Amino acid sequence: MSLNELLPLAVLASSLLPGLVIFTLPESSVGLRTTLNLFGAVAKLALIGVLLAGVAAGQSYVFRYAVLPGIDLVFKADALALLFVGLSAVLWLFTTLYAIGYLEGAPHRSRFFGFFSLCVTATMGIAMAGNLFTFFVFYEVLTLSTFPLVVHRGTDKALKGGTVYLAYTLAGGAVLLTGIVWLHNLLGHTEFTHGGVAGTLGMEKAASLRWIFLLLIAGLGVKAAIVPLHGWLPQAMVAPAPVSALLHAVAVVKAGAFGIVRVVYEVFGVEFAQSLDLLTPLAVAAAITILWGSGRALFQDDLKKRLAFSTVSQVSYIALGTALFGPIGTIGGLVHLVHQGIMKITLFFCAGNYAETLGIHKVSEMDSAGRRMPVTTLAFSIAALGMMGAPFTAGAVSKAWLSDGARAASMDWAILVLWASSLLNAAYFLPILWRSWSRRAPAAAWPAEHIPMQGWRETTWLLLLPPLVTAAVTIAAGILADTDFSPLAWAKLIAAREYLESAP
Amino acid sequence: MTDPLVWLIVLPLVWASVAFLLGPSRGARLAVAGLGFQLLLALDLTRMLMTGGPRRYAVGGWGAPLGIDLFADGLSAIMLLLVQSIALLLAIYARSYFKPGAASRHFWPMMGFLVAGMNALFLAADLFNVYVTLELVGLAAVGLVAAGGEAAQLAAALRYLFATLVGSGAYLLAVALVYGTYGTVAIETLAPLIDARPPLAVWLAGALMLAGLLVKSALFPFHFWLPPAHGGAPAPVSALLSALVVKATFYLILRLWLGPFAPLAAAAVWLPSVLGCVAILWGSIMAIRTRRLKLLVAYSTVAQLGYLFLIFPLLAPDGIALQAGVLQAVAHGLAKSAMFAAAGVLIIASGRDAVEGVAGAAQHLPLTLFAFALAGVTLMGLPPSGGFLAKWLLIDAALLQGQWWLAAVVIAGGLLAAVYVFRVLRQAFLIVPENAVIAPVPRVLEWATFVLAAASVLLGLGGMEIVRLLGVGAPT
Repeated sequence: MSLNELLPLAVLASSLLPGLVIFTLPESSVGLRTTLNLFGAVAKLALIGVLLAGVAAGQSYVFRYAVLPGIDLVFKADALALLFVGLSAVLWLFTTLYAIGYLEGAPHRSRFFGFFSLCVTATMGIAMAGNLFTFFVFYEVLTLSTFPLVVHRGTDKALKGGTVYLAYTLAGGAVLLTGIVWLHNLLGHTEFTHGGVAGTLGMEKAASLRWIFLLLIAGLGVKAAIVPLHGWLPQAMVAPAPVSALLHAVAVVKAGAFGIVRVVYEVFGVEFAQSLDLLTPLAVAAAITILWGSGRALFQDDLKKRLAFSTVSQVSYIALGTALFGPIGTIGGLVHLVHQGIMKITLFFCAGNYAETLGIHKVSEMDSAGRRMPVTTLAFSIAALGMMGAPFTAGAVSKAWLSDGARAASMDWAILVLWASSLLNAAYFLPILWRSWSRRAPAAAWPAEHIPMQGWRETTWLLLLPPLVTAAVTIAAGILADTDFSPLAWAKLIAAREYLESAP
Repeated sequence: MTDPLVWLIVLPLVWASVAFLLGPSRGARLAVAGLGFQLLLALDLTRMLMTGGPRRYAVGGWGAPLGIDLFADGLSAIMLLLVQSIALLLAIYARSYFKPGAASRHFWPMMGFLVAGMNALFLAADLFNVYVTLELVGLAAVGLVAAGGEAAQLAAALRYLFATLVGSGAYLLAVALVYGTYGTVAIETLAPLIDARPPLAVWLAGALMLAGLLVKSALFPFHFWLPPAHGGAPAPVSALLSALVVKATFYLILRLWLGPFAPLAAAAVWLPSVLGCVAILWGSIMAIRTRRLKLLVAYSTVAQLGYLFLIFPLLAPDGIALQAGVLQAVAHGLAKSAMFAAAGVLIIASGRDAVEGVAGAAQHLPLTLFAFALAGVTLMGLPPSGGFLAKWLLIDAALLQGQWWLAAVVIAGGLLAAVYVFRVLRQAFLIVPENAVIAPVPRVLEWATFVLAAASVLLGLGGMEIVRLLGVGAPT
């Protein structure tokens, strides 16, 4: 087995093996568990560094294993895969650090970190899947390995959230499977290829292919929280904050959005999808989701619930960018995959900090929180401004490319949707910022102060550092967008390959 | 007498008899050793088949029609491997499970006879020997259910005995009809004799055989005997019966359907699959509703057996449906034995056979719960398990032949399975009060369970091996 085959497997193993060992560790071996977690996360980043350099230089990394006659498990670390792999691996490191701080002294940490590692492994599998079969395998593994995390606290409310989550995702998985087997039936395989493979069937199969597209997008749309399939996401926010970060930024909703990108570009091919009139309905569904999510977020007093509806809205930017026919929209959608992850994880880290430090769960309790926790609130403010698309943030870059893409595809209504969403974003984020920075608390008492001030440090180190770093990255991705090593540059590379190499 | 075919039948008979004389504690050790050796024999046979093709052995050198022939192809080898490996792990499990007493004294000899009967069934080359093995398997299985000695178990055993006797009676009558018509019962000789327009007696024989074997396979609506028998017996017995015994008659139906009775099969082609669909839905709904943990697992068997019978209208020269059926039989065998074993552990710990009793298992029995979950993944047909491959192939075959409704039932069945599996798993995450009484459980029970469950999932990576082995002398 050559090195190029081995590397994708090593990326999987770097979280799978530590995860399996962690399961067997007793609760008390905190040191070993932390070491394993961090070793896995760092090793994964190093491996991805090698892969990034190789793929940029035109290397291909493919591993193939036959499961049944004509059905292969394929891992392919191509440019698109690495966009998602890179994002998840970086955020995994920060989330792990955060989770270590967040769960200090809590029960069942071995179980928690074990499943956490399995989730990340599944995400890597989804990102590197080389065909729909492999994609589906890891898509379902992700569902199964997140369930124990969502119900981690074991309360009735957590179990209810977990059950709703399962009902949506398993039903979505069944729909997705139907679409995949049907497609496999027509094509004989389901490989991802630049420019798509469904086009070879031609227009005679147009009716079947439209149904398959609907099944695939509906199945993926459950995880990507496209309205009306988004019901699980606000319910699942009962989970601990690191899990919310995982659901919203690192793994679950991203897996759905990423799947939509793969299906549109590498299964159907964007040009063939356009000729089947599939892109406009997808764009409309994304637009409705963007507005609906933002609209619902306005009326949530629960901070995490408001963030959850914000995710519903923001993730559909990716689907919208994908559905805009043309490379500029593609770049906008892809870069938002990364940018949304960084910004949203910051927001959830901060929400977790408010809850753990002061017991704040509601927007209405946040008066003058910024005075008590300035650093957290600064990070929160940066990410929130980024979500609105404020200049010098990652969000501004996404929105600029998406708007340009919409104009280039002559879908001007999409620009209006983006503007309207920005206004709604401002309408639900600015009151939070205003409350926390400038309103005085009516009384000095917080709902439940768990962690007292220590000098200037408003909460523990491990809770404070991750949001600060991701907030800094939010700004860096905005200011340094035109450099060679930004997410934008990588998205441009992917778009170039999808559009140029697909020419028959 | 060095052929593994013979030893696979003789060895379990020997250790069963010796175990009866030696008593349970030494008998248990003997059984584990014997089963370990049988597993090696089955592996050796597999190796021989892969290189040399199907294998026939004339016992005593007489040969058919005078003597008894044994015959093994890829399909028999798969079933033999399945039986030896599951029985070995369950024997290790049962050694720690049974406290010294009446139940365990009968367990080892009867388990030996059961395994010998199944091995002989998979190797039998004529219809009458099949009957003998069917009776051996049926009586040993009834004995295992009754061995618990409780009133409910005896009642279940009686009902089971009634069903199995009716089933084998019908089968025996059919054998007599076939013999009266053609003057032979050798499967190989019969195959060219039966054509598409056989005499009435042969039609009758085919119908009796199918009906008798369906009763023994507990396909809906003949499942009435299964839930009380499998849900009431001690955990290792339930596991053996649910994982293996019902598969033996499925194997037989498949073998006869593809073999000598193929010309008649077209007449009944939809019957098993329609019943299978109803079984999937009915079994799942009952599993969702029942309050008892083991009954839930037993009803899950009723549902899962349904999948096996969906393949009959889809059997085609491409072999996809056959592969689906065999993979489902293997995957379900591993998963169901694991699930009953896990249920046994959970019941020991909580002291009661109730779904509610699982509460808190995530905390104090994580390994067993994990095993239960892995087995559940296989039953739901979710990746990366063997059950997933089986369902993928089944849907694929159904779509290839334009049978949409079969594909829809498979998908719906997976979701229904998710409801009853997660009913249990969800319960396990509940927090129990500190003062709840949790009985200690031997580690070996947990690990044996886990190995079975892990195997059912890892099978998902070994699909090629099964397909290749199935190709040896494939009855297409």
